[in-house]
Amino acid sequence: MGDVSAASPVEVEPTQTPDEITFLAKPWVTLVWDDPVNLMSYVSYVFQKYFGYDKAKAEKLMLEVHTEGRSVVSTGTREEMERDVQAMHEYGLWATMEKAS
Amino acid sequence: MIATFTGFEADLLRSLASQMVELLRNERAEPAAPAADPFEAMMAEFSGATTIPEDPVLARLFPTAYPDDEEAASDFRRFTEGGLRDGKAAAAGSIIDALEDAGLPPELTEDGLMIDVELTHDEAETWMRAFTDIRLALATRLGVEAGDEHYWHSLPDDDPRAQAHDIYEWVGYLQETVVEALTAG
Repeated sequence: MGDVSAASPVEVEPTQTPDEITFLAKPWVTLVWDDPVNLMSYVSYVFQKYFGYDKAKAEKLMLEVHTEGRSVVSTGTREEMERDVQAMHEYGLWATMEKAS
Repeated sequence: MIATFTGFEADLLRSLASQMVELLRNERAEPAAPAADPFEAMMAEFSGATTIPEDPVLARLFPTAYPDDEEAASDFRRFTEGGLRDGKAAAAGSIIDALEDAGLPPELTEDGLMIDVELTHDEAETWMRAFTDIRLALATRLGVEAGDEHYWHSLPDDDPRAQAHDIYEWVGYLQETVVEALTAG
């Protein structure tokens, strides 16, 4: 990098891990709600296809929707969750979003 | 993948897809009540809907994203509902086009006609989404609830609701078949 002197590095709080920093920046969740119409195989397919989840995770979330009436399917910024909710509506799933509790 | 339909099935599927296109394009995405403020009324002409559609089918296809925040829900609807409507109408339209390209005549008169439709992976996914919309529409109109199969099967065969429910189950069978094929491939 030649001999230009570098600016002093930004001070990073040493007690915070990268995971925690990411977590703090993701205060929203996308919820998918149970409905009597959508097929279990289809819901599981959508979770794999859109979110890139493996089959086991997609099926776990799908069963959670089915048995508990709803499931948190993704976490992120408000903008990211708006994209996810819109995509779920495209697939005909009943999705809403809210601040993570 | 190749989907094979009898002429009767292909004609029925085209009719369902056409009804979906009509439904999505008919009730325009507009506020339910005319805005009192002339500026708001003018803006409503240019932007999308802000209130939940009156038709329960459309309300199910375009659910409220923020159940506890009316303003955010309106904004979300304004920015997404138009595009979602277009996408769903295009998906249903692609079924009509594919069936007709595969030889389904405008009026079905011939007995024993078989229609083979060849679908790419992406096309099959589009059909799968359109089947979902058709099933949601039929289920909402019929008032389908969880675990009510017995009720529907107890209706007399000539009851139009029983016939509509049979069609609902048939589209479910088609959808399950497509999901299986997509998962296997």
